[in-house]
Amino acid sequence: MAETHDTPPVPEVPGLEHTPEIGWRNPKLLFETSRPGRLGVQLPPIGTVDDTPLATLLPEELLRPAIDGMPELSEVDVVRHFTRLSRRNYTPELGLYPLGSCTMKYNPRINEEAARYPGFANSHPLQPASTVQGNLALCWALEEALREITGLSRVSLHPAAGAQGEFAGIQMVQAAFAKRGEKRRYVLIPDSAHGTNPASAHFAGFEVQELLSNEHGTLDLEDLERAMTEDVAALMLTVPNTLGVFENHILEIARIVHGKGGYLYCDGANLNAFVGKVRPGDMGVDVLHLNLHKTFTTPHGGGGPGAGPVAVAAELAPFLPVPTVEKGEDGFYLDFDRPDSIGRLRSFHGQFGMLVRALAYILAMGGRGLARVAETAVLNANYLRKGLEGHYHLPHDSPAMHEVVFNDKSQAEFGVTTMDIAKRMMDYGFHPPTVYFPISISGALMIEPTETVAKEDLDSFIEAMRAIAREAETAPDLVKGAPYTTPVRRCDEVAAARKPILRWTPEAG
Amino acid sequence: MYPKDNLYSKEHEWVRVEDDTCVIGITEFAQKELGEVVFVELPDPELTFDAHDEIGTIESVKAVAEIYTPVSGEVVEINDAVIDDPAVLNDDPHGEGWLVKMRFHSSKDFDGLMSHEEYVEYVSKGDD
Amino acid sequence: MTETQTPDPKKAVASEGGHRYLPIGEVDQREMLEAIGAASIEDLFASLPEAIRLQQPVNVAGPLSDQELRSYLHGLEERNQVAGRNLSSFLGAGAYRHDSPAVIDSLITRSEFLTVYTPYQPEVSQGTLQAIFEFQTFMSLLTGLPVANASLYEGASALAEAALMAYRVQRKRHKVIVAGSIHPHYRATLDTYAKNLEDLEVVEVGWDATGRVDLEALEALLDDDTAAVAVQSPNHFGVVEGWSRVSEVAHKAGALSIGVVAEALSMALLQSPGDGGCDIAVGEAQSFGLPVSFGGPYLGFMAARDEYKRSLPGRLAGQTVDALGKRAFVLTLATREQHIRREKATSNICTNQALCALAATIYLSLHGKVGLRRLAEINLRRATTTRRRLAEAGFPVRFDAPCFNEFAVRSPRPVPEVLAHLEARGILGGVPLGGDYPDLEDTFLVAVTECNQPAELDRLVAELATLGGK
Repeated sequence: MAETHDTPPVPEVPGLEHTPEIGWRNPKLLFETSRPGRLGVQLPPIGTVDDTPLATLLPEELLRPAIDGMPELSEVDVVRHFTRLSRRNYTPELGLYPLGSCTMKYNPRINEEAARYPGFANSHPLQPASTVQGNLALCWALEEALREITGLSRVSLHPAAGAQGEFAGIQMVQAAFAKRGEKRRYVLIPDSAHGTNPASAHFAGFEVQELLSNEHGTLDLEDLERAMTEDVAALMLTVPNTLGVFENHILEIARIVHGKGGYLYCDGANLNAFVGKVRPGDMGVDVLHLNLHKTFTTPHGGGGPGAGPVAVAAELAPFLPVPTVEKGEDGFYLDFDRPDSIGRLRSFHGQFGMLVRALAYILAMGGRGLARVAETAVLNANYLRKGLEGHYHLPHDSPAMHEVVFNDKSQAEFGVTTMDIAKRMMDYGFHPPTVYFPISISGALMIEPTETVAKEDLDSFIEAMRAIAREAETAPDLVKGAPYTTPVRRCDEVAAARKPILRWTPEAG
Repeated sequence: MYPKDNLYSKEHEWVRVEDDTCVIGITEFAQKELGEVVFVELPDPELTFDAHDEIGTIESVKAVAEIYTPVSGEVVEINDAVIDDPAVLNDDPHGEGWLVKMRFHSSKDFDGLMSHEEYVEYVSKGDD
Repeated sequence: MTETQTPDPKKAVASEGGHRYLPIGEVDQREMLEAIGAASIEDLFASLPEAIRLQQPVNVAGPLSDQELRSYLHGLEERNQVAGRNLSSFLGAGAYRHDSPAVIDSLITRSEFLTVYTPYQPEVSQGTLQAIFEFQTFMSLLTGLPVANASLYEGASALAEAALMAYRVQRKRHKVIVAGSIHPHYRATLDTYAKNLEDLEVVEVGWDATGRVDLEALEALLDDDTAAVAVQSPNHFGVVEGWSRVSEVAHKAGALSIGVVAEALSMALLQSPGDGGCDIAVGEAQSFGLPVSFGGPYLGFMAARDEYKRSLPGRLAGQTVDALGKRAFVLTLATREQHIRREKATSNICTNQALCALAATIYLSLHGKVGLRRLAEINLRRATTTRRRLAEAGFPVRFDAPCFNEFAVRSPRPVPEVLAHLEARGILGGVPLGGDYPDLEDTFLVAVTECNQPAELDRLVAELATLGGK
């Protein structure tokens, strides 16, 4: 597996100012840097508290000795360690990071400041409502804004992430039928859907029936009509779908689903394509989850925390998770008295710190600003599409919205795959797009630039992609051995899975 | 490439009959689709299954495939070699990479399987 | 305190020219439309049905400048009364106040950690991946179990995931027994998750006079259909259960033992779940440097015995080598996850709490072997002393069992009255148990951490003494 190449020179691309940053080499683990006697905090000695022997406070068998392997480090060691680690990450603030469906847009720093205001950060979730009216007012304001944006009736801010919001949404559908004494077995899901959709449906107790996309990448209405029976509880749709294509027959789709008494669930992951331009409620959507870490800029943080509010039409409101935020005569309060609720999905109320950030963003944009977000996101994606057409294969010719899906069909004849192309992009100073998703397209390259990208970055990206397409033809081995300029070269994922090493151990050193 | 004496299933498994037992494995086509295998989960010996039951899984870095038994019967032996070194399954899927040996209840279960010629055609048509 | 002006949507003012978050200006837009061959932006939205296109912008306030945002949001946060500013707080019950070193924020707000995605492309994500590996190592050390994942959302859903995992792993067993003394939110969440899985049954077991799991009742419930038993320690009453007594009984019946920890700091001093015989450990690690932040975002964790690693939900970072043989880290065993297994996934979980896990990793590395233990001792001693003083003040111990940094007191007067009296004097004295436990209407929980200064503790004791009639 180990192939060595002399490191090729950094590619010359017109207008490309960026050079790939070579991160700190061979950093140690915290545990390997540890030295006895180092300490990173200032703590009072035990004697200032009291000096009763520990064993009189707790029985011996409930105590543990000092933990072998826990490191000893000074504050300086820790700062140095994590600063070095940070230099081994590529960040969207260096350049394009066009992961499809992830919406890697700019994370405003005013949001970080606001979430840390003491009144927010130091408020305990179990404080009496009278002492946290500011928090509850914020939740109310966010819910109002999201109602406006989605065109739906109520929004729960409870779920911890998009997948939880989905789960809540589908559970509410289940509960609505149960309340009527009905039990339906199936949920319909397109083959292009994100994996959390069938997983959530399964966990809510449904069986999944897959619907195949047609040659335009959208749902076939006849297929849907056939599949939509009175044993189907819901259709779970992503709009636009994961190919970036808007289901332009959405009203018809809603009619078909509603006609058999089913619910239309919308996965809101791609809201960035149409926020402020159309509203899911107006499309006939009954339940929708939002990803605050996508359209609403709460930071991805390396993989979380996110937040996944779920919005519903009025008839599903009784089933919302508890608690909801309500406005009463004496002020705002948390409502736990909801007998038809699906219950709790998590402790306490929600990802409050992320709610602060999302509200700040919405207010920073305003109504017209949000529409401009969608307009610009769609403009950028189509500009990229135009620039890459002819250089990469487009599996569907339907109009794309905020993201576009190419694949490696044109490069396959040279033995170059989507994975190779993705790895070579790193040498040009970009983060690869999403690869091999959706699974309905073989070798998919899903590109979503978002609206917070400058034109010159888009132009550099197009130039780089064209250069790689040329390299695939003229020097395929070069592409297949990439990346060369990153902190580590291509990683052996097979070895990692065959003999998993999932932590550092003292003996291994 | 595909041993002539074996029978084959639509799920790209091969079966070799030996008296009252049969040996089950996955084909070259299947191992190629999966990519490098990282983990194989096989059933405990002496467990009984019905035909078409899921009896184990094969994991690669990017996919998981279920192993189905084409026959009703009981597990007689499992191949520890592929558990210890999953790469064997990629290197020699029709030989050293066998998975499970079962004692079958009825040879009628083989009726639904393909012959060697039929499987070669099935694979070349790309019917999957 | 200034009156809060909620921005009025009707007074929204369109900004002239560009928006600070939109790099594409008018000129760029024109050039790009030309390159695409579209006459206007609206052409790009042609696939949206006419009937639903909005004729007006959505009705939200803004656009606000940074200063206007500050004004508005300060207005909101100043309406709160919080510990450290105008209140003394002894609230715990699953969310604990601890001092958070300044470097945590400065490190986690670095662009390279804050803004990046899940590390699916390891070559450009080694920073995140190594930090996750270090987090997994810490959680493994603390729980005493060999394998820990990259985190889960928070403690309650972590318990639900553990129960589902036990149910999967044990195959032919369909019952999970949970201690009634586990955090009410955790049990409620498990119920929500389990409710739609037809063949999974969740049963509760009560507590004895010491506030620990009633072993006799547990043994009566255990049978060969029990997949697992879950117990929390310290439990929701603050009682240190000790894991072994439950693990032994569970194992005898062939069930797995799930250890739940809501106050992660306790693991620095108390016997680990692993050493106590637990097969899976889950809980909440918010104590490691995360603010209480009105309930989120927090940090769930899960660890397990080695033989269960392929059944673990959530992400896992593993060590490997790159093409030149250098050590590198990658996400691994991903085939269990939703993006590959879809409806057969071990869970529908997608995000972990990566940035929170990073904060915890930094917190743990600053405290380290010596600091964490010392901090835990400070908590234990302050709480134990306060518990004794409250008893002397007429608020006796509710359960005669050891505590860590939280304990239940029995109130001689109605609990709402007592807490209202304290609140009027700027003290949030504790969390009442009556709402979730009708038999414990006369009881409330008091948490004491290193954040509660001696003067505060004196005040609490003095105020309660006036009510305790002693």
